[in-house]
Amino acid sequence: MAMSETKRVGRGVFIPGNNLDTDQITPARYLKCVTFDELSGTLFYDERFDSDGNEKEHPINDPRFNGAGVLLVGKNFGCGSSREHAPQAIKRCGFKAIVGESFAEIFQGNCTALGVLCVTASQPTIEKLAKGIEMAPSAEIEIDIETQRVSSLGAEYKCRIDSSVRDAFLRGAWDPLDTLLSAGAEIDATFKQLPYSGWV
Amino acid sequence: MVKRMGKTLYQKVWENHIVKTLQDGRDQVFIGLHLVHEVTSPQAFGMLKEKGLRVKYPGRTFATVDHIIPTDDPVRPFQDAKAEEMVAALYENTQDHDIKFFDPASNKQGIIHVIGPELGLTQPGMTICCGDSHTSTHGAFGALAFGIGTSQVRDVLATQTLAIKRLKVRRIEIEGVLGDGVYAKDVILHVIRQLGVHGGVGFAYEFGGSAIDSMEMEARMTLCNMAIEGGARIGYVNPDQKTFEYLKGRAYAPDEKWEEAKAYWTGIQSDPDADYDDLVRFEAEVIKPTLTWGVNPAQAIEIGEALPVMESESAKDAAKYMHLGDVDSMLGVPVDVAFIGSCTNGRLSDLREVARVVQGHKVHERVRALIVPGSMKVALEAEAEGISKVLRNAGFEVRQPGCSMCLAMNPDKLVGDELCVSSSNRNFKGRQGSSSGRTVLMSPVMVAAAAVTGAIADPREAFGKGLRCSYGNE
Repeated sequence: MAMSETKRVGRGVFIPGNNLDTDQITPARYLKCVTFDELSGTLFYDERFDSDGNEKEHPINDPRFNGAGVLLVGKNFGCGSSREHAPQAIKRCGFKAIVGESFAEIFQGNCTALGVLCVTASQPTIEKLAKGIEMAPSAEIEIDIETQRVSSLGAEYKCRIDSSVRDAFLRGAWDPLDTLLSAGAEIDATFKQLPYSGWV
Repeated sequence: MVKRMGKTLYQKVWENHIVKTLQDGRDQVFIGLHLVHEVTSPQAFGMLKEKGLRVKYPGRTFATVDHIIPTDDPVRPFQDAKAEEMVAALYENTQDHDIKFFDPASNKQGIIHVIGPELGLTQPGMTICCGDSHTSTHGAFGALAFGIGTSQVRDVLATQTLAIKRLKVRRIEIEGVLGDGVYAKDVILHVIRQLGVHGGVGFAYEFGGSAIDSMEMEARMTLCNMAIEGGARIGYVNPDQKTFEYLKGRAYAPDEKWEEAKAYWTGIQSDPDADYDDLVRFEAEVIKPTLTWGVNPAQAIEIGEALPVMESESAKDAAKYMHLGDVDSMLGVPVDVAFIGSCTNGRLSDLREVARVVQGHKVHERVRALIVPGSMKVALEAEAEGISKVLRNAGFEVRQPGCSMCLAMNPDKLVGDELCVSSSNRNFKGRQGSSSGRTVLMSPVMVAAAAVTGAIADPREAFGKGLRCSYGNE
């Protein structure tokens, strides 16, 4: 089980736009892999590189934001596919938390299972955080999981963490597998009482 | 005495699958059917191996290959070494864990969301998971079916359960009779346009009302398939006589226990006084043939309708990506590729309807027109019924089953900024294999209209007034 923790801290990078879908986060043509090991290079690939592989202007390509650990995003981030490749690419690029206006549900669940914390904040809050790091790219963004506050450059804002996600991170139990496994006999009992358990 | 409110199908099925409520407030829920494919499973099997775990209920787990399979020559080894590696891993993992794999040699291979129902694996009152967001398709049968990520695929393989939060339920009621040239695809694009791509986040969508009651099962699958495009992880329709008739006699449907099964399936229907978290009503008559203009499924308009004024940054960006600079409506926009297939609209009724309307027409010389059946069964039946012949004679290329150009993980791809009219489910940037490729989502019949005219067209004009949907609208 992972360590319990109350805070996540890192430098930020702001990716503007709403409805950034999983195909933009990791284009489908890069998903032909049997492990997740080499996904980091595919993050936002088509937004970051032209068809000849030359870098385009994109916050992730901006050297000022190298080594950032917190992604700042807009509404409905991660909509689209359930493929875990998108959060895996984000995690493998070193991001520990995402602060967004809202998240697609499957994406948020996948992030949680990987230990990437999804935090929602208002649009003005994200705008202020983005402006802050634009002025001072080395400034850290701190997320207090316990109090649900996000702070940077001396200012503090309210944010929201889904109650079960918050509980999971505070207990260091974001990966539920051990908990699920421990219910072995109860799982079988639940199955046996299902009408369709005896049909095949 | 206080009168208790009735329950929705969602509540009833959820409750009978709960193993326990976890400390973090989520439920541990039993998964009745786990569907597996080559893209999102190898990493999960890898995680299992790392932990020394076995698949807990191999008999409730079924696999096929769909995303990466070539549709021209699906003979192994595949030319693409990475695709070959993925399918080889699926053979190995399914053999290791004693999981039934519907491979091409079984004659039952196909898109996982097409073969589940075909085989009768998909049944009402079940919880169904797959590492694919379009798992919502199976909700057409009154199952709670939803997509999961690979870590959750691992969880289901190892425990046949998931830690998951209960959703709210929004009933979407569509009353009346659908008009000419209006199919399930138009209905769901209309709903997503009205409620937005994230309007359904946190909800399961229950589709009901007389327009849904009249829909055949395959049309209901199209509807539920795209619930996720509206943000709703689950879409479902209450099971009825049509559901039972569809399932009767299918390979994995109950046989001896048929009556018992029907009683269970009837019992899980939402109660008439069920307590919904939200209710949205649409009149069937107001829904017109609908297509997308932008880069998400809510950026949709009626055929012939003027494009919206591009106010937001995202709308401007979408219009620029789609090259809509001088265009007033989508009518007449030239087309390079026409794609009919996918888990949304790659079923026999889709192909049958397209064959019916394209009789006597020819695909325009400018257009590359692909028809990719959703499964081997669909392909074989289309051949036997003479549908494929009609389609070929009209100039369509009829290929082997797979996901194909819906997401272009196989060799079927757009080139450069080609524009594709597509019966699939996502018009995201770069979705169809080229980072500047453009996708316009629509019904198979509207795709056919564009294919034969060489430009986006009103199917009612292209194929004559009085175009009635021959399925899903009695």
